[in-house]
Amino acid sequence: MTRSKALLALEDGTVFHGFSCGVAGEVDGEICFNTSMTGYQEIFSDPSYAGQIITMTSPHIGNYGVNAADMESRAVFARGFVVRALSRSPSSWRAEGSLRDFFVRHNVVAIEGVDTRRLVRHIRECGALKAVISTVDLDEESVVAKAKASPGLVGRDLVAEVAVSSAYRWGGLVPGGGVPADIGAVPIKPDYRVVALDSGIKYNIARQLSEVGCEVIVVPPTTPAETILEHKPDGIFVANGPGDPSAVDYLFETLRILLGKRPVFGICLGHQMLGLAVGASVFKLKYGHRGANQPVKNLRTGKVEITSQNHGFCLDFASVGRLDVAESGGLDMDTADLRAWVQAGVAPVVRSEGFGRVQLTHVNLNDMTCEGIRLLDVPAFSVQYHPEAAAGPHDSRSLFKEFVNLMKAGA
Amino acid sequence: MPKRKDISKILVIGSGPIVIGQACEFDYSGAQACKVLKDDGYEVVLVNSNPATIMTDPGLAHRTYVEPVTPEFVEKVIAVERPDALLPTLGGQTGLNCAMALVDSGALEKWGAELIGAKAEAIRKGEDRKLFAEAMKRIGLEVPRSGYAYSTGDAEQLIGDLGYPVIVRPSFTLGGAGGGIAYNRGELVDTVSQGLALSPISEVLIEESVIGWKEFEMEVMRDSADNAVIVCSIENFDPMGVHTGDSITVAPAQTLTDREYQQMRDASIAILREVGVETGGSNVQFAIDPATGRMVVIEMNPRVSRSSALASKATGFPIAKIAAKLAVGYTLDEIENDITRETPACFEPSIDYTVVKVPRWTFEKFCGTDETLTTRMKSVGEVMAIGRTFEEALGKAMRSLENNRGGLGADGRDRFVEHKFDEHLAIPNEQRLFYLAEAFRRGRSIEELHAITHIDPWFLDRMRTTVGIEQQIKGRDLSRIDAEELRSAKRAGLSDVQIAWLTDSSEHAVRAARKSLGVLPTFKVVDTCAAEFTAITPYYYKTYEEEDEVVAATKPRVVILGAGPNRIGQGIEFDYCCVHAAYTLSEMGYETVMVNCNPETVSTDYDTSDRLYFEPLTLEDVLDIVDAEDPIGCVVTFGGQTPLKLAKALEAAGVPIMGTSPEAIDLAEDRRRFSAVLNELKITYPSAGTAESFDEALQVAERVGFPLLVRPSYVLGGRGMVIAYSESYLERYMAEAVAVSSEHPVLLDKFLEGAIEVDVDAVCDGESVYVGGVMEHIEEAGIHSGDSACCIPPYSLGSETVTQIRAHTKTLAMRLGVRGLMNVQFAIKDQGIYVLEVNPRASRTVPFVSKATGVPLAKVAARVMAGEKLADMGLPPDEREMVRFCVKEAVMPFGRFPGADSVLGPEMKSTGEVMGVADDFPAAYAKSQLAVDYSLPVSGTAFVSVSDRDKRQAVSVVKHLQLLGFSIMSTKGTARALRAAGIPVVEVRKKHEGRPNIVDEIANGNVQLVINTPFGQQTRSDGYHIRSAAVRHGIPNITTISAASAAVQGIEAVKEGRLEVCALQDFEQYR
Repeated sequence: MTRSKALLALEDGTVFHGFSCGVAGEVDGEICFNTSMTGYQEIFSDPSYAGQIITMTSPHIGNYGVNAADMESRAVFARGFVVRALSRSPSSWRAEGSLRDFFVRHNVVAIEGVDTRRLVRHIRECGALKAVISTVDLDEESVVAKAKASPGLVGRDLVAEVAVSSAYRWGGLVPGGGVPADIGAVPIKPDYRVVALDSGIKYNIARQLSEVGCEVIVVPPTTPAETILEHKPDGIFVANGPGDPSAVDYLFETLRILLGKRPVFGICLGHQMLGLAVGASVFKLKYGHRGANQPVKNLRTGKVEITSQNHGFCLDFASVGRLDVAESGGLDMDTADLRAWVQAGVAPVVRSEGFGRVQLTHVNLNDMTCEGIRLLDVPAFSVQYHPEAAAGPHDSRSLFKEFVNLMKAGA
Repeated sequence: MPKRKDISKILVIGSGPIVIGQACEFDYSGAQACKVLKDDGYEVVLVNSNPATIMTDPGLAHRTYVEPVTPEFVEKVIAVERPDALLPTLGGQTGLNCAMALVDSGALEKWGAELIGAKAEAIRKGEDRKLFAEAMKRIGLEVPRSGYAYSTGDAEQLIGDLGYPVIVRPSFTLGGAGGGIAYNRGELVDTVSQGLALSPISEVLIEESVIGWKEFEMEVMRDSADNAVIVCSIENFDPMGVHTGDSITVAPAQTLTDREYQQMRDASIAILREVGVETGGSNVQFAIDPATGRMVVIEMNPRVSRSSALASKATGFPIAKIAAKLAVGYTLDEIENDITRETPACFEPSIDYTVVKVPRWTFEKFCGTDETLTTRMKSVGEVMAIGRTFEEALGKAMRSLENNRGGLGADGRDRFVEHKFDEHLAIPNEQRLFYLAEAFRRGRSIEELHAITHIDPWFLDRMRTTVGIEQQIKGRDLSRIDAEELRSAKRAGLSDVQIAWLTDSSEHAVRAARKSLGVLPTFKVVDTCAAEFTAITPYYYKTYEEEDEVVAATKPRVVILGAGPNRIGQGIEFDYCCVHAAYTLSEMGYETVMVNCNPETVSTDYDTSDRLYFEPLTLEDVLDIVDAEDPIGCVVTFGGQTPLKLAKALEAAGVPIMGTSPEAIDLAEDRRRFSAVLNELKITYPSAGTAESFDEALQVAERVGFPLLVRPSYVLGGRGMVIAYSESYLERYMAEAVAVSSEHPVLLDKFLEGAIEVDVDAVCDGESVYVGGVMEHIEEAGIHSGDSACCIPPYSLGSETVTQIRAHTKTLAMRLGVRGLMNVQFAIKDQGIYVLEVNPRASRTVPFVSKATGVPLAKVAARVMAGEKLADMGLPPDEREMVRFCVKEAVMPFGRFPGADSVLGPEMKSTGEVMGVADDFPAAYAKSQLAVDYSLPVSGTAFVSVSDRDKRQAVSVVKHLQLLGFSIMSTKGTARALRAAGIPVVEVRKKHEGRPNIVDEIANGNVQLVINTPFGQQTRSDGYHIRSAAVRHGIPNITTISAASAAVQGIEAVKEGRLEVCALQDFEQYR
C-alpha cells in the first residue's frame, strides 16, 4: 500500500507530517479538536464546522463506516480533517460505505497518521490557530506561510456559506440537498408550527422538534422578521451555525424584533444570537468546547447533564446587565464569577436593557462559562450546548419539550 | 449534597481470598474506599480474611479484622464495633452476598447499621435474574428469552421454546461458576445438574443463546441527585459465549455508531434508575446482533466489579474511590477529577488511545480439565495494555502475559496443531489469537475468519494489517530496513524480540538499530480528557509518536518493577510488596516509578507511586522506561519471578539494581553454586543432583535413592515439579513433561517423606539479619509451600529447632550477600534440619508475616535497599514471643476445573490465601478453614481413606472425630485399621468395586467431610474420583493427615464456640 504524504501546518510554524486520506488538494481553516469517541459522521456533516479543520482525538476513526441516516446536513462544510488512524474497512450493519469513500464523495482533504495528541496539546496551549492541510505542497515553510496568510474565522460571516437559500418544510426536499435519509417522526397533525432560522441547522434539531409534535419550517437566516411572522409560527427557533457570531448581526437584529412576539428557543449560535439581541457581548474561547462529555449544571434544578458541544465563542453573561440581588437568592456576588453561583446553587438574574430580566440557567462545570440563559419577562431561552446531541448524550432532550411548553403557554 | 454527618463509623467488607472470578481488583477498590472514607473523617472498620491485601494493612482502616467474610463473623464484628453503616459494594460478590445475608437475617437492623452504596432492594433487583428481567420489561428493554429450571426436567421442557444451544446460568454464583453452554441434551443435563448443585438457591436460568453476538459493557456511576455518567464503554473482542473475564476486551467500544452507543448509554442509565442504584458504580452488559443491531441486556452488577477496575485503569477515573464518596452523600459534581484537578468528576472520560485487556490462563496446572473457553470463567489473571491504536495495544498485551511470547506470534515460538487448525479458530481457547494471526499469514480472508469465529471484522482487519507489516519485514536483513518501516512496525505493536526473530538478528541488535535510526518511543499521559485539560498525574504509556510528555524530575528516581499478571504461583502478594516499596521509597525522598501491566492491582493505581508506567515487564519496555527516567536504582526483587528474570540483562545494560545483586541472586538460584555454599557453611540439605538426560537422572537416583523431588531449573510456583517414586515414572517425566536442555537441566532432590516444612522470611542489610517470621507448615514436605497451610509462631517445633533455623537463616543471608528480603525453606526430619531452597527476594509469605507480626517486612526491606541499617529502624526484637497464632491457608480453584485432580503436590495450584487469627492454634486453623470454605462441618459423617503410610496416624485423628460426634465411613483397608483400634466404621465400596460406592454416597449428601490421603503414584487414580466428587459437591476435602489433624482440632474449636473476633490493632505483637 503506497500512501501519499500530506502536511499540516499551523500559522505559528508548527508542522505535522502524515498521509493523505481524503482527496488530493490544499485547504485552510481554523484548527480545532473534538473529543467525542463516537459520531464522527455527524460531526463531519455539522455545518457549524464551516471554516474549520477538525482534529478527532479518538485515534481510530471510520470504524463503522458511514450511512445516509447519520448525515446532519446536506454536505460537509468543514474545511478538512486530521485523524490518527483511518479505518479502511468499516464494520457495522448500518454501514453503507467507508469514510474514505465519503471523503472522496464530498471532496474532502484529510490527513492521517498525525500525532493528534501533540496537536491537541498544542492547540490547548496556543489556542485555535489558522492552519493548512496540503497534499500537494509538502514544503514546510511554504505551507506555514499559507496558513499565516489564510483568512481565519474572526469577523467572518460563515453562516451565509452554509444556510439554505430558500425556505422548506422539514420532511420535504432540502434546497440543494434532496430529502434527508432520516427525517424522524414527522407529525401528521402537528401541534405547533416552528420557524427555524437556518444558520447551519443540524438535521437532528429538526427531527427532535418534529418528535415533540412540531411542524418545522426552515428559512434562510436573512429572512426578515415580518416574512417569518407571515408563516404564523407558534415559536421561533434559532439554529447552531459556524463562525464569529458578531459577524451575523442581521440575525440577532431580526431576533430583537421577534422577541416578545413569539416564544424563542436558540441553540449554540442561536444562543449567542439571543444573548447579543438582549445586549450581551460574546468572546472567543481559547480553544473552544467540542466533544460529547461536557458537564453542564442546570442552576434551576441543580442537576448535571452530560452534553454535546461545539462552540468556539461564548456569551459573557455579566455583560447583559446589572445583577438583580433580590431575584438572585439575595446574593450580591460578581456576575462574572460563575463558579461562585454554581457553588451557591443559585441562578443569578440580571436586568437587560429592553428585555427585562435575564437568568443564567446553565454553566459549564469544566471552565465555569455560560451555557444557557432564560428571559424571565419574554418567552425565550437558549443553550450554548447541543440538546439534540448527534453526536452525543441525550441528557438534555427535554429542552425541546420545554420549548413546546413555552409555546403552549403563549398560545 | 455534602457528605453525611449522621454516620460516623463505616464497616467495609472485603472480598476475601483471591479466587477465579474475584481477584485483587477488590483490594484495589477496597483500599481506595478505605483511604477516601478515612480522609473524609469517618471511622473505618474493615473485615477481610485475605492477609495479602493492601486494604488489611493496619494503617488503612481504624479497625482491621482479618476474619472470615461470612455473615457469622461479620456480625460478630458488627456486635463489637457497632458501625453506623455498612458499605458492601466494594467487596465483590462475596462482600455483597455477605451483606445481603446480614440483611436477610435481620442482623443489620438488630445492630442498627444501615446499608450504604446500594440498598438491599436494588441489590436484589440487580442480582436476581427474575426480578431483573421484570425490571427490564418495565422500562422497555429486551433481555434474552429465558426461563428458570429447578430440575433437569424443567430445563428440558424449556428447550421446547428456546431450542439449542442454550446458556445455563446458575443463580448467585461467582464468575459464572457452574454455568455453561449446552448444545445437546447430554450437555444440558450435565450443566444443569452441576449448576443446581452450585447455586445456593438451587436455581438455574436457561437462556436463549446469543452466542456470536457482539458483546459490550458500560461502566456507569450515579449519585443521589440522579446525575449519571458513563465512565467507560468496553467492547469484547470475543463475541458472546465467552465469559467477559475470559474475553479479550477493548476500551473504548470501537464499532458502535453514535446512535447505537447513545441507545446503550440511555439504557444503562435507565437500568440504574429502575434497579434503584442510587449511589455508586455499576456495570451493565449488552449483546448486539451484528446483523440487525438488535440490542439485549445481559446483566448488571450493582457494585464495583472486575470491569470497573479495568475501566478505572483504562481511563484514569477512579471508580471505587468515587463510589465510596457517593455512598456517603457527595454528588458527582462535588468531587474533583484527581487527574486534572480543575474539572469535576461529573463528566465522561474521553480517551485518545486504545486499551486492550487479555486474560491469563494456567491450564497447564490442571491437566485433564476442558480448556475450552465458555461462560464459566477460567482465567486467573489478566493484563492490560495501552497503545494509541488497537494493534499497538494488542501487541503490547500479548507480550505482557509472562508466557514467554514476544507478541502476537512471529517470535519463533509459534506451534500449531495442523490437523486441528480450524478447530482452534472456531472453538474459543487460550491459543486462538495465535491461530488467527497465523491464518492471516496463510492468506486467509477476513470474511472467512469472521464466519468461523464471529469476531468483528474490524478487529480482524487490524490484526491482518499488523500481520501484513510483520510479513513485510520477515526474512529481510535488519540493516536494510529503514527508519520509516521500522517505525511503522513499532507503531503496529511489534516488539524488538519479534523484529529480531523476523530479521534473524538479536533483540539487542534491533534496539541498537532503532536507536541509530532515531526510531524512539514516546510516553503519553492517561488523562481522562484526551488532552483537553492539563493533567497533573504522571500516568504514562508508551507509544511511537512525535511528542513525549514525561515531565522533568526534581528528585532521584527509583524504578520498581511489578509482578505482571496474576497467575498461580505469582499473585497479589508480590504486588503488595511492590506497593510497600513504593510507599517507603517515596517517604524516603525518592520519586518512585512503578512499572506494571496488571489492571487489577493496587500498584497500578496512579495514587500508589509518584509515576506510573502501564507497560509490559519485558526487557525492551523496561529499558525504554529506564532511558526516559534515568533512575538511580531499579527494584527487581519485590515483584516475584517476573522482574527477577530481567535482573541480569538489566545489569548488563547498565541499569543500577537496588538491593541484592544479580550475582548474589544467581548464587542462591544456581543449584550447583548454592550447594557449594551450603557445604562451605556446613548446613545440611537433601542430597541432590542435576541431569540433562534420563541416563543422568538415573545416575542421580542411584546415588540418592527414591523418592525424588524432580523439577526444571529456574521455576516459580513449582511449575513441572513432581515427586518420583520409581524409575518408570522418572523416565516418563524426563521424556514428556519437560523440555530438558543443557541450558535448562532438571534438578533432582532427595524427597524427605514425612518431613515438616518451615518457611522463613528475613531481611539482611549486610551487617545484620532480621528474621521476620518462622512459619511451620501444616502439610508435610512434598506439598508446595504456596499450597500448604502454615502457622506463626511454629505450633509444634521445639525452641531449639527454631533457634537453629534462625541461625541458619542469618548465616545464609550474610554469606549470600542479601540486601533486602530473603526467604528460606527448611525441612525438619528426624531431628535434622535441611535447607530446601533460598529465594533472595520477596516471597509469597511476606504480607502474611507482616500481618501476623506487625512488622512491615517489605517496607523494612525497601529501607535497607535504600541504604538504611536495620539497627537504626527501632524494630521489635525478632525473637520475641508471639501471643496470637496466625494460620495462613491456601485457597484452591479446583471447583473451576472439573476433571483436574485436586490432590496437592509439589506443583502449586492455589490462587489465594486467607489468614485465621486466634489465641490458640486449633481456633486459628478453624478460622482459616471457615474463611476458605465458608463452612466446617460440626457433625455428620466423615469419610476416611488413607494410604498405608498414614494409617497409624489416622487412628488418633479419627478417634478425635468420633469423640466429636462424627460417624465414620471408610473403604476396606482403612476400615480394617480403624476397627482394629476400636473405632466403629461403616464400610463403603471404592469406585471400581461396584455400586453404590463412595462417589454415590458423596453425591447423595451422605458425607460431610472427606479425608483422603494419596501416597506415591499408585493410589492417586483411586482417590481421584473421590476427591473430584468432593470438589463437585463442595465438601471439605483434606488430602494430608497433618491437615486432617489440624482440621479436627479446628472442628472442636468451632463446637466449643471459641472463635472470637479480634482487630489487628489490638494484637499484642503489634505493640
